[in-house]
Amino acid sequence: MKLLTLNFLTCAIKTCKTSPSSFPLHPQDAELEIVESDVNMAFLRNILPRLMWEELRGITRELGLPELPETAPAAEDLGEPSQVAKDLHRLLLETSIREGKLVCGNCGHEYAVKEGIANFLLPGHLV
Amino acid sequence: MSKLEARGEGYEAEHVHSVYEEIASHFSSTRYKPWPIVERFLKELPDGAVGADVGCGNGKYLTVNPRVFIVASDRSTNLVKIARQHQPHVAVVADNLSLPHPLYCFDFAISIAVIHHLSTSARRVEAVRAVLDLLRRPSGDVGDSESRALIYVWALEQKDSRRGWDEGHEQDVMVPWVIKGGQKAKRVKGQRKRKSEAEHQDSEEQTLAEQLQSKTYMRYYHLYRKGELRHDIEEAGGVVIDSGYEKDNWWAIASPKRDTGPIGS
Repeated sequence: MKLLTLNFLTCAIKTCKTSPSSFPLHPQDAELEIVESDVNMAFLRNILPRLMWEELRGITRELGLPELPETAPAAEDLGEPSQVAKDLHRLLLETSIREGKLVCGNCGHEYAVKEGIANFLLPGHLV
Repeated sequence: MSKLEARGEGYEAEHVHSVYEEIASHFSSTRYKPWPIVERFLKELPDGAVGADVGCGNGKYLTVNPRVFIVASDRSTNLVKIARQHQPHVAVVADNLSLPHPLYCFDFAISIAVIHHLSTSARRVEAVRAVLDLLRRPSGDVGDSESRALIYVWALEQKDSRRGWDEGHEQDVMVPWVIKGGQKAKRVKGQRKRKSEAEHQDSEEQTLAEQLQSKTYMRYYHLYRKGELRHDIEEAGGVVIDSGYEKDNWWAIASPKRDTGPIGS
């Protein structure tokens, strides 16, 4: 599961969604892998303004990845492509969680990631 | 359909979810051509739009417009395994009544041939609401485009289709999915080997012949009658912007009402 996915994920339990602590989900016991792909500049430029940068910094810290700068790069920093763009591509689209879990910071529920697929199906009593 | 069986989550687990999990690969091999209304909706989106595909199946809509980004989900792990191969999009396993996305975070959403699998009226309305809850609320700025969802469901009125349903027919139906024997040849071969260890030749051949025949899976559908999708959307706090009928299906493009707030408020 690409790390970019975490930018659009939260707890599947309805009552958690209005709580700020449910976003982002926290990866735990994560086994990471790099799945290489071509840099898509149009895609990066489009996705850049959508990134929750502070939360993304938190996730990279939790995963023990290199520290991100305090502020998000500007569109013009991406170049054609610059190192900034290549690094962002590597982090968001190539770095993937292969095994592990995603934990809600509000209720503590753990969602499993297996073979790169995150599973958000809830047990009956939580639906 | 058995009247004794209560509809709801457990019913769908047996008559929808487990079926798709079983037929995933055959189902996917028959699902490659995008429906025209869905294709148009996706192609008209502004470049860089970010959206959700709720009940993405094999992900056949992920490739329609390469200039948008789609976060897809499906209840079937086997279908998600197929859908996630479409780069640069992502796909996760989730239930459409408990979606794992922040409120109001997408520019658009699609839910194609999904909501008709929910087995009570309340659950279908809830499913529409879950889709609308994904959509970004307009900021009120000039030029801020409205976020939209496209919802597509099977119609009751399809007298020209081979199934022949039409007005007046029972709306809750079981629909067969047939996998012909030959397509299961590989599995049969494996089973034959195991069988042969325990049983003698005659019964083995009989079993094999049976297995080479078609296997039929029954899926539950609620067939929507005219006006019903609009009703469900309005009930869920949405506004229908455009709607119509295309090849045995009702479709609608909807937005959240301006004043609709978070879930439960």
